[in-house]
Amino acid sequence: MPYDYQEFPYVTPPPLRGMTEGRKPAVIVGAGPIGLALAVDLALRGVPSVVLDDNNVVSVGSRAICWAKRSLEILDRLGVAERMVAKGVTWKIGRTRHRDEEVFRFDLLPEDGHKMPAFINLQQYYVEQYLVERSRDFPDLIDLRFRNRVTAVERFEDHAVATVETPEGAYRIEADWLLACDGAGSPIRRMMGLDFAGELFEERFLIADIVMKADFPSERWFWFEPTFHPGQSALLHKQPDDIYRIDLQLGWDADPEEEKKPERVIPRIEKVVEGRPFTLDWVSVYTFQCRRLERFTHGRVVFVGDSAHVVSPFGARGGNGGLQDVDNLGWKLAAVLKGEAGAALIESYDAERRHGADENILNSTRATKFMTPAPGIERTFRDAVLALASRAPFARGMVNSGRLSLPCAYPPSPFLGPDESALPAGTAPGRPCPDAPVGNGWLLGRLGGGFTLLGLDCAPPEIEGAASLRLDAEGWLRRRYLGEAASAVYLIRPDQHIAARWLAPEAEDCATALAAAKGL
Amino acid sequence: MAALVTAPNLPDHDGFYAELLAAHKGLTEAESAAMNARLVLILANHVGDREALREALALARKAGG
Repeated sequence: MPYDYQEFPYVTPPPLRGMTEGRKPAVIVGAGPIGLALAVDLALRGVPSVVLDDNNVVSVGSRAICWAKRSLEILDRLGVAERMVAKGVTWKIGRTRHRDEEVFRFDLLPEDGHKMPAFINLQQYYVEQYLVERSRDFPDLIDLRFRNRVTAVERFEDHAVATVETPEGAYRIEADWLLACDGAGSPIRRMMGLDFAGELFEERFLIADIVMKADFPSERWFWFEPTFHPGQSALLHKQPDDIYRIDLQLGWDADPEEEKKPERVIPRIEKVVEGRPFTLDWVSVYTFQCRRLERFTHGRVVFVGDSAHVVSPFGARGGNGGLQDVDNLGWKLAAVLKGEAGAALIESYDAERRHGADENILNSTRATKFMTPAPGIERTFRDAVLALASRAPFARGMVNSGRLSLPCAYPPSPFLGPDESALPAGTAPGRPCPDAPVGNGWLLGRLGGGFTLLGLDCAPPEIEGAASLRLDAEGWLRRRYLGEAASAVYLIRPDQHIAARWLAPEAEDCATALAAAKGL
Repeated sequence: MAALVTAPNLPDHDGFYAELLAAHKGLTEAESAAMNARLVLILANHVGDREALREALALARKAGG
């Protein structure tokens, strides 16, 4: 059943009611998943924010649908992931076919012992709805202003000012930090005249949500050159509410307006679903790009999510990458606003998340070149891989229909370390904490909102500014965090990334690493 | 150059050369290009040494003038 779009109420903002507003610590532009998640993250840290959005409904069409394990872990910290998992379609098997033959199959979660599944499919509108509802849990901290469109931004050394248009007129709002979460077409990026460098791929895809009662399994299906769509690619994903998402490659010459017409779309989809009855819910045509801003921080204006970087959709790295931005920025912003860290910490957001964006862009560009090769040698090698895939196992791994989003490990920096090489590689500084069962719950649930000094089979030192947590290392926890070692201490950041680790540190070692992680 | 073997290493190289030509016999230019692409991938996997492959790519490109 298609989604029932509810309008969020427009409320006259205080300045248009004759009230004077002081400078706000955080003004978030854009109430998409990224802006809303950031508002909730800040609220959980006690930081108030104003969220401005030019619209008053959740996103139309499924848009971002694949939420990866790390994103779900972040959203669990924010309090919406259990609802998402309950509603979403959980999947871990992906099948890739060339013509009518399966050439590659992947299973995303070969390892047990995680609270969250590898991936769920859930339409972006549900995620936005859940985050809006979650925001309402913080009436004193989150001020959602719908139909409030930012038309100008002025930057100053220690603040920024936005001009905001509403149905009742315009007003100005001052912010210590202005967070541009205004999407791939970011008006703020344009207003500031910032270059968005990268590659535009000369390829068009049709995207459609259809409503269909069918017994397709909960898997991701990708076709290269299917017989139902010769020479092109196709992708099928199952979503909740009997909605399926279909992406069909059209070629660069396709006219987007023509292709969106039902009389063109329906016959194509009929071929994909082999004549099963369906109705069309939403259709769009997209091109894709892999680009990013040279810098994500511009004084007191910080770009988060698609406004900072865009990737092709294959690999689910857009929304998932953006949530990792939020995860990385939320605690840093809160620490700087509370005076617990220097502004240099915000620069570490820039460095760490540019690294993350580059990783996503690299993977996404490679997948795109494979899926839509340029005529000539790119096409020749792509076809060579596909021709070999059914006959030689090595070639199956080279079939690239999108390398699905994995959490980014931050590179060595003055904010991270020291490391202890006797401990497992998967929990080195910079990496996100892998989850593990602990008692009746999970490790990630045991980490609080701040820094944690985790002692595994030993008492961690007590230091100011970090909560000490001692756990008995059994099962997955031992395997993932100790390996062969008898005991260890981990310093874990508020974004659940590992900052440093030791076998047996002194309190002073931990305090030094904590100060470094805060940019002090 | 270190990882890539450029000294003679192939027994009966004249025999291999003849087999290589014979394998392409009857193919159009495009079919030959496609076959060579498959061959490159098969051999690259067999070599399995990224540094040797990097050197091979560089040598092949350079030798083209």
